[in-house]
Amino acid sequence: MRKPRRVTTIVCCVAVGALLSGCVASKKTKSDPTKNVGAKQVSLTINANDVVGGKNAAEANWINNYVIPGFVKAQQAKGVTATVKFNGAGVDDEQFKTKLELGLKTGNSADVFSGDGIWLGELASAGYVKPLDEVVGKSAASWDGWSQISKSVQQNMSYKGKVYGIPNGTDGRVIYFNKKLFAQAGLPADWQPKSWDDILAAGTALKKVAGVNPIQINAGTPMGEATTAQGFLPLLAGTGKPLFDEASSKWQGASANVTSVLDFYKKIYGGGLGDPNLQQDKAGRDESFADFSKGKIGILVEGDYFWRSIICPDKTVCNTTAMASRNADVGYAKIPAEKPGMGINGQDFVSVSGGGGWLLNPASKFPQQAWELMTFMMSADAQTNLAKAEIRISPRADVNATTLAGDPLMSYISKTILPITSYRPSDQNYNTVSVAIQEATAAVVSGKSASSAASTFQSILQKAVGDAHVETG
Amino acid sequence: MTLTSKPADAEPTAVGGPGATDVERAQKRGPGRDPDVVGLGRGRASLFVAPALVLVGVFLVFPALWTLYLGLLDYSLTGASAQSPTFIGAQNYTDALSDPAFTKALYLTLLYVGFSAVIGQNILGFLLAWYFRTAPRAVRTTLNVLVLLAWILPGSVVAFLWQALLDRRDGILNTVLQTTGVAWTNDHPMAVIVIFNIWRGAAFSMLLYAAALNTVPTSHLEVARMAGARPWQQLRDVVLPTVRRHVLTNTLLITLWTFNDFTPFLLTGGGPNHESETLPVYIYSTAILHGDLGYGSAISLLLLLANLVIAVFYIRLLRGGDDGSLKAQQRAERKARRAERAVAT
Repeated sequence: MRKPRRVTTIVCCVAVGALLSGCVASKKTKSDPTKNVGAKQVSLTINANDVVGGKNAAEANWINNYVIPGFVKAQQAKGVTATVKFNGAGVDDEQFKTKLELGLKTGNSADVFSGDGIWLGELASAGYVKPLDEVVGKSAASWDGWSQISKSVQQNMSYKGKVYGIPNGTDGRVIYFNKKLFAQAGLPADWQPKSWDDILAAGTALKKVAGVNPIQINAGTPMGEATTAQGFLPLLAGTGKPLFDEASSKWQGASANVTSVLDFYKKIYGGGLGDPNLQQDKAGRDESFADFSKGKIGILVEGDYFWRSIICPDKTVCNTTAMASRNADVGYAKIPAEKPGMGINGQDFVSVSGGGGWLLNPASKFPQQAWELMTFMMSADAQTNLAKAEIRISPRADVNATTLAGDPLMSYISKTILPITSYRPSDQNYNTVSVAIQEATAAVVSGKSASSAASTFQSILQKAVGDAHVETG
Repeated sequence: MTLTSKPADAEPTAVGGPGATDVERAQKRGPGRDPDVVGLGRGRASLFVAPALVLVGVFLVFPALWTLYLGLLDYSLTGASAQSPTFIGAQNYTDALSDPAFTKALYLTLLYVGFSAVIGQNILGFLLAWYFRTAPRAVRTTLNVLVLLAWILPGSVVAFLWQALLDRRDGILNTVLQTTGVAWTNDHPMAVIVIFNIWRGAAFSMLLYAAALNTVPTSHLEVARMAGARPWQQLRDVVLPTVRRHVLTNTLLITLWTFNDFTPFLLTGGGPNHESETLPVYIYSTAILHGDLGYGSAISLLLLLANLVIAVFYIRLLRGGDDGSLKAQQRAERKARRAERAVAT
């Protein structure tokens, strides 16, 4: 009696399992641009990694106080009752990405959401986002704003030749330094390092000032993408070879370039010129921000986000890390190549840029209205309003022309940095490779040698993207 | 099923003889002889257990099988394999077994379980129960409240308090010890999570042991005292044999809980450099943070198997204990009979 029953149970379970296995693959819904096109009651949700009183507070305030009321009013004029909800978050970008993907996978995501350009390859190949012309049809191409957005910025929201969203700007990385500490260490206020050795020399000088952490170049896994984009990649660009060779579709493994970048990390964190704990703490990046704003860090490499959203003088935007005397006390310089002329394309100075944008959920109940909301957010008026609260490089040339001139760093970045910058690969494996990079820098910070970290990096890479896509060194 | 079939199949014939004890006879009267003790009939009895079985099936058996299935796929949260995962057979499982990160996580998990649960919580819980058993009521109540607080506070709240305690800059511990800038969670990650878990979980062991110690007959202890046994000897020869089963049950429970405990993540995030990445944390970072759902499922199933092995081990110990005492009893009886015979001849 017992045996047959056991068999029945197993058979039943397997059958149910087989039946449900169809659920694993993400659903392939056909987009219908005309869905609910004439609806009189519209409800939309916006999702971004912004939160009032916290991360990206200026953008959160802008959405709550400008975008939502403005859009509702515009719809009212057309006889449509619109309800727009803002779902903000104030977490690490990696966590935001995971949450976003889980939402898209289960069909619970917002209609309009922000995303980093480097996520697009993954999101698109998973089918979580679709090209705009599929989701909203002809109205995508006919938006008048496209003419104001340069091709290179549009590239941030494009994948395999298709446009997936509207970019919300671009950025650039520079070296920030504290002029007061520099004066104490006998360094010039108009400091511009010409090689990595210049950075190390300044670090050694700063070390003599009591209570100062000389250099902060992001490393380790808790910093996430900030390690790759603000630390490893600008340095690698300074060795003259890009991380990913588009033509051969190969990633750099344990090459001489990767090893010398890791060795530079070793010189900083193994040589007492940086604080390894900051790279290992769970909230290390936030701590580094706080330290810099309190005048405890001499040199720090970050994007313009740091200038406008972390150490800005306005306490309502930058909260506890606001620096009232930022414009007088904080200097900035271009990131040098390893040695003059050694950078990518033979450059003396390098940078890395990225940028995100607003994406449209293909499963939105109101695709046309969501698209209208996106274009409203990216209109010249709305962007100018946002720039008043927090200056940033808008994707729109007409907005930049009037807003950037008022801020020294932002005009420096748009004039001096953007011409020498490089962009991260849009390959769908980028984020996996980025994690391997973070692991390699973490290994160096915790005491491993540069060459052993590089060879571990190479073997992780080979496993993740396949031997054929790794250029072994 | 194995539980019910075991006595009927495995019983040695000698046990059923004239020397059989009440216990053995009770075991003999297993479901094999008269399964319908209550008189419900098979159909109605099945009806009664059906809801429970359905719940177990839906919430336990199905997810386990589902995990097994997902582990066979090249399945991820993003990228092309999120849209159409392909079947890759046992590759995830073989990869996991040869993955140094997995082996390291398993090793750290065993350290964590061994030091924080099996040794730490067990001993601290027992000692608290033992020493405060005779303490005045007020002291006992205060202690109970304090220890229970550690146990009943939500994990996220507790983790926040511990972060404030261990913080490198303005942490309480550094202030008290006057050590400036010691990064406890970076320098001693495993020690931190082990001590944290002992602190957090000792309450359960204490409660269980306090109840167990009440079952030790006072008369036995008095006899032992009169025979001149020192406290240590009383503990070893009177108390421990009585509460042995409680010790095993408690160890089983806390081992399984600790094995699956995710709270270390809230303190150290698995870091620095994977130094405190126990298996549940490793699964989280693989499956959720890095989006590798197929591989994460494979490791989850291996974790499930490890849990089963532990559970079976303890259950064997518990049952083996019965057999052991039975055998000892039989030996004593045989000895007595032999002595009787010797006297008779």
